[in-house]
Amino acid sequence: MSATLVQDIERHARLGPWALEKWLGGRQFPVVEGRTVTFVFRGNVDEVKLRHWIHGLATALPFHNVPATDLWFLAIDVPEGSRLEYKLEVVARGEHRLIQDPLNQNLASDPYGVNSVVYGTGYQVPEWSMTDPEARPGEIVEHEIVSHALGTKKVQVYLPARFRRTRRYPLLVVHDGPDYVRYAALKTSLDNLIHRLEIPSLVVALIQSQDRLREYADDPRHADFLTRDLVPQLESAFPLVGKPSARALAGASFGAVASLAAAWRYQGFFDRLMLQSGSFAFTDIGPHDRGPVFDPVVRFVNAFRRNPGKPAAHMYLSCGVYESLIYYNRSMVPLLERAGLDVKYSEAHDGHNWENWRDRLREGLSWLYPGPLWMVYE
Amino acid sequence: MHAARVVLLGPQRLHRTLNQAVDSLRAQGPVAAVTAGWEEREAEDKEMREHLGGRLVNLALWERAENVMERDPELAKALRERQDRLREQHELYRMRLVHAIDAARELMRRDATPGREEMLEAEIVGALEAVRGLDEFHLRRVSLIHREFETEWKPAERDAVERHAREMSQILDACECVCVAGGHVVALLHRLRLFDALTLFGQRPIIAWSAGAMALGERVVLFHDSPPQGPGAAELYEEGLGAYAGVLPFPHAKKRLHLHDRRRVALLARRFAPDRCVVFDPLTRMDWDGHRWQGQPGTLRLHDEGRLVQAGSP
Repeated sequence: MSATLVQDIERHARLGPWALEKWLGGRQFPVVEGRTVTFVFRGNVDEVKLRHWIHGLATALPFHNVPATDLWFLAIDVPEGSRLEYKLEVVARGEHRLIQDPLNQNLASDPYGVNSVVYGTGYQVPEWSMTDPEARPGEIVEHEIVSHALGTKKVQVYLPARFRRTRRYPLLVVHDGPDYVRYAALKTSLDNLIHRLEIPSLVVALIQSQDRLREYADDPRHADFLTRDLVPQLESAFPLVGKPSARALAGASFGAVASLAAAWRYQGFFDRLMLQSGSFAFTDIGPHDRGPVFDPVVRFVNAFRRNPGKPAAHMYLSCGVYESLIYYNRSMVPLLERAGLDVKYSEAHDGHNWENWRDRLREGLSWLYPGPLWMVYE
Repeated sequence: MHAARVVLLGPQRLHRTLNQAVDSLRAQGPVAAVTAGWEEREAEDKEMREHLGGRLVNLALWERAENVMERDPELAKALRERQDRLREQHELYRMRLVHAIDAARELMRRDATPGREEMLEAEIVGALEAVRGLDEFHLRRVSLIHREFETEWKPAERDAVERHAREMSQILDACECVCVAGGHVVALLHRLRLFDALTLFGQRPIIAWSAGAMALGERVVLFHDSPPQGPGAAELYEEGLGAYAGVLPFPHAKKRLHLHDRRRVALLARRFAPDRCVVFDPLTRMDWDGHRWQGQPGTLRLHDEGRLVQAGSP
């Protein structure tokens, strides 16, 4: 904890609201000093807590009040390079509210809303995930897939810049693809990484399910949809290489489960997998404690662990060390390596969120499909 | 065989200086262009054509090479086999290179014990010699593959190749200079070599940039300091066409190299000495008159002490 900063906070708070206002006015919060992050909140409330999703820490860390003032603060230890999403739980007159940190401009979005985010020392938003005016943009088109098992589905298809019908492209199928575009800068990252030759020009199917917790949890209909409907129809409609070595599946959380489960059911169909923060819960003994939605997942992962076969040739696996899933993901690595897969595993000081998945895109995509970086000098 | 005159330019996509280079050569009439490094996009030369005021004649080297493959399947098969051998040779070289470069980098990171600086420097020199020795060995192995191929197949004498060479020679009769654009350096180099392009170009001045500049030099060095995978150790690919000597071009160096990292810069400069490692970013230019180089002010090279200095300075 930064004793000086906390002393400064307390001293200015005691000098009165005007002095405190002036002192706070020139500062960005939270303050990051080395491994110490100090959060500040002002308000006439009864309690303030830091609500985060870091596995291993108490989920609600209480702020300290400077007596006789409306100032609250909390200093915590955050390892370098960390990204920490959080909300503040504010309690006033018995009412609990979860709010974004009013003193922090940094926000991260996901399908459930917006969180405040603090960057530990050394963390930087990757520049390849931000718009580069030199990078030619690809385009996203709508395409309809007729599925015998799941009905007609609308799929978005990313076509790279300078897309040509006379070329053959590798295919990447991304579970929750539109969310990856919206929350994890997937399109911008694809544009940039292709422009920088770190990945080849490729076609990306961005799929979304209305019932993902069921369909992505080793539902055989989903695996059928991917291998019997989606990929064949895309290979008819677009100039794709059409070989296992040029077919990849990707997904995060349940999307990672869906990817692995489909590749496992149809071994030899997809050669490449990118699995981020996979919900690979399993039990070596006894029942699991993750609720009924995980039942089919645990059944699948247990079966997979008993007999992994060879679901793909190359796999990129990543997980945040602040996730409860870290144990499951780490456990997958030796298993997959023993099964003969070429695995790249990566951890980050981050949680189960879209920006963690965004930050690993460069490493993951270039592992799946290495680009002609070394050969092309335009 | 060195060319009579070569102009090397920085990348042209966003900062075009090609027309100024053509004007400086006082070249009249059409300018022959090689855009084979763009591979299947070879013919998409509209912007370059407009930039040169319609004077461009594309030699269509990529398309011609494709045509040769179609018309001469025996040669196509032999070329593919050669490519497989080259790829494997390169993989083997890379396995050794990673360790040799690691050793040199580790030594260069180390602080010398005061009073014993000579000890560390001797080890660095030794480690660099090991890398240079490996580079030379690789170059010899690759040259052997090319020589064996040339001896067995004599591509220049095959009908399909000869026919296109004749056509290009006729096109070149009307051109006073040739420009060679960037792109995929190996695709470009191998197509230039297939048609013995330097002989076709004759004594015409050549303007080249990016992969074009790399393919025309004596050695082709692939480089990137921060690739998404791997350690980022520059690799000697093979001999280039040798249109000029004494300069190794590093296009897009600001993006591809850690130019602020003195140790990395020094390692590159010392590894490839006595060639000058020249940084070709936009608006840079070096002129070769067949014997000597002249660098446009602002064109920099890597110095063996890890600094960037004017490309023309000692």
